[in-house]
Amino acid sequence: MNPTNYLVLSVILFSIGAAGVLVRRNALVAFMSVELMLNAANLAFVTFARMHGNLDGQIVAFFVMVVAAAEVVVGLAIIVTIFRTRRSASVDDASLLKL
Amino acid sequence: MNAPTIEYAELAPLITIFGAAVIGVLIEAFVPRKVRHPVQVAVALLALVAALVQVILLAGTGMVAAVGAVAVDGPALFLQGTILVLAIISVAFFAERRLEAGGDAFAPAASTLPGSEEERILVRERMLQTEVYPLALFAVGGMLLFPAANDLLMLFIALEVMSLPLYLLCGMARRRRLLSQEAALKYFLLGAFSSAIFLFGMAFVYGYAGTLRFGEISEALTANIGQDGILLAGVGLMAVGLLFKVGAVPFHSWTPDVYQGAPTPVTGFMAACTKLAAFGAMVRLFYVAFGGMRTDWQPMLWAVAIATMLVGAVVALTQTDIKRMLAYSSIAHAGFVLTAMVAADQTATAAILFYLATYGIATLGAFAVVTLVRDSGGEATHLAKWAGLGRRSPVLAATFALFLLAFAGIPLTSGFVGKLSVFTAAIDGGAAPLVVVGVIASAIAAFFYVRVIVLMFFSDPAPEGPTVAVPSLWTAVGITLGAAATLLLGIVPGPLLDLAQQASLFVR
Repeated sequence: MNPTNYLVLSVILFSIGAAGVLVRRNALVAFMSVELMLNAANLAFVTFARMHGNLDGQIVAFFVMVVAAAEVVVGLAIIVTIFRTRRSASVDDASLLKL
Repeated sequence: MNAPTIEYAELAPLITIFGAAVIGVLIEAFVPRKVRHPVQVAVALLALVAALVQVILLAGTGMVAAVGAVAVDGPALFLQGTILVLAIISVAFFAERRLEAGGDAFAPAASTLPGSEEERILVRERMLQTEVYPLALFAVGGMLLFPAANDLLMLFIALEVMSLPLYLLCGMARRRRLLSQEAALKYFLLGAFSSAIFLFGMAFVYGYAGTLRFGEISEALTANIGQDGILLAGVGLMAVGLLFKVGAVPFHSWTPDVYQGAPTPVTGFMAACTKLAAFGAMVRLFYVAFGGMRTDWQPMLWAVAIATMLVGAVVALTQTDIKRMLAYSSIAHAGFVLTAMVAADQTATAAILFYLATYGIATLGAFAVVTLVRDSGGEATHLAKWAGLGRRSPVLAATFALFLLAFAGIPLTSGFVGKLSVFTAAIDGGAAPLVVVGVIASAIAAFFYVRVIVLMFFSDPAPEGPTVAVPSLWTAVGITLGAAATLLLGIVPGPLLDLAQQASLFVR
């Protein structure tokens, strides 16, 4: 199968993720959209690795998975503490910091 | 199959810092709570000083280590040394315990609810947050790796290692915890968003070049002509991630919120060190890997530099909070550094290195002064409360004025020499119109710096104004060092300029 199709799929996934971060108001959903963007990048890396016939892209994908896991730990910690103080995970409620 | 060789001697500063950070985590687990604070501070300071000595011993090296993944060369070592000096002073500010009744700037436990019974017990027991030191060490380790990364994978890992601890540190303020948590949330969501964009750009660059090494990407640029679309998309997306980290317009919106909400010692650390590391990484990526296509990325940087300088300077005029004002001033400074970056030659690298060093030390000092001006609610960051501070505490106000004058680029301060060198580099590189905008932005910026100075010295103090806390020796020494360096580098900039000049050659 033509690897370009996978690239198109990864661009579509990335766009869905980016739109999700910008549009959704719940911090958890926005964060899940970021994870979708990271996985779209992984798909692109693996596809390019296949097209170039070397392994670098696949190695990057493994590292990105580990980084994403670490990011989940930090992100959930922050979101949970803010949820416990405010009883809300909406990013619109967090608006004390303004001009 | 042969095992790859790792140049441990050349990577020693990184290994020291990461090793000490891991030891810090173990200390959290095994050392009794009563003695944990002094032990953590001692380990952090020892590791930073040891790493600084190792960086100094490596001076003059120009090679790639770890199978080409890490560059040990002039710009990397210069920035690593500067970051370590700034980090040592930052840790001293973190350890300041005289300012808050019964503690430092951090909440005793970040997980407790603000105002809850659990938190009151911890405050009464005078418990201290000690996890900040290992977190800061991990962040410093990432910052040392970021400007030295010589392949795309290492660049991404360093970016994350640097950012993740900073997100957490932002949410740990003892006072005004809601603001602090909100800052952490914003920084985290926007930071994760920008690094995902950065990663996708990386995928495209890899797709174009078929390799992750900067040197080989640069060769691929000259070899393949055509199919540029994928490369341009990749470079553009990677630029978004890096411009976010340096706080350039239009990716600056997190800066004022995060700088205001984070605990002030963390703000100073972040403002100084993150900017150094991110600019180091950006300059290396664009000069070494993408140097062959500079005519493609220069117009983009032109636009970003102009927008950054003007937005930073103009919006700072309207600020009423001193931390927000310093945040917008840091945005404007990012624009000044970008003017030199457009020139893309060795003089520009030297100018950027010098500018970053002088900016870092003055920023750290300025934020440390902010921690000392306090009223019953903690730090008095509203600008109106600073009125007449010069009459109440002339030494402190004069020190702050010195830092502001350095930001404004007034002669006899380090900021003047820094600005002169970046603008000269930009003119030599054919970016004279940028320099014109830069001078206009500096003039606008000078207005609000001078306004604060006038407010401090020539207006009457408010009857219930803030008091100036007497810091411990740590903070006093840190601020004095910052002020002395700012003044000395303005009067005799020669040695540091020479050092930056010698250190300005990237290994390829």
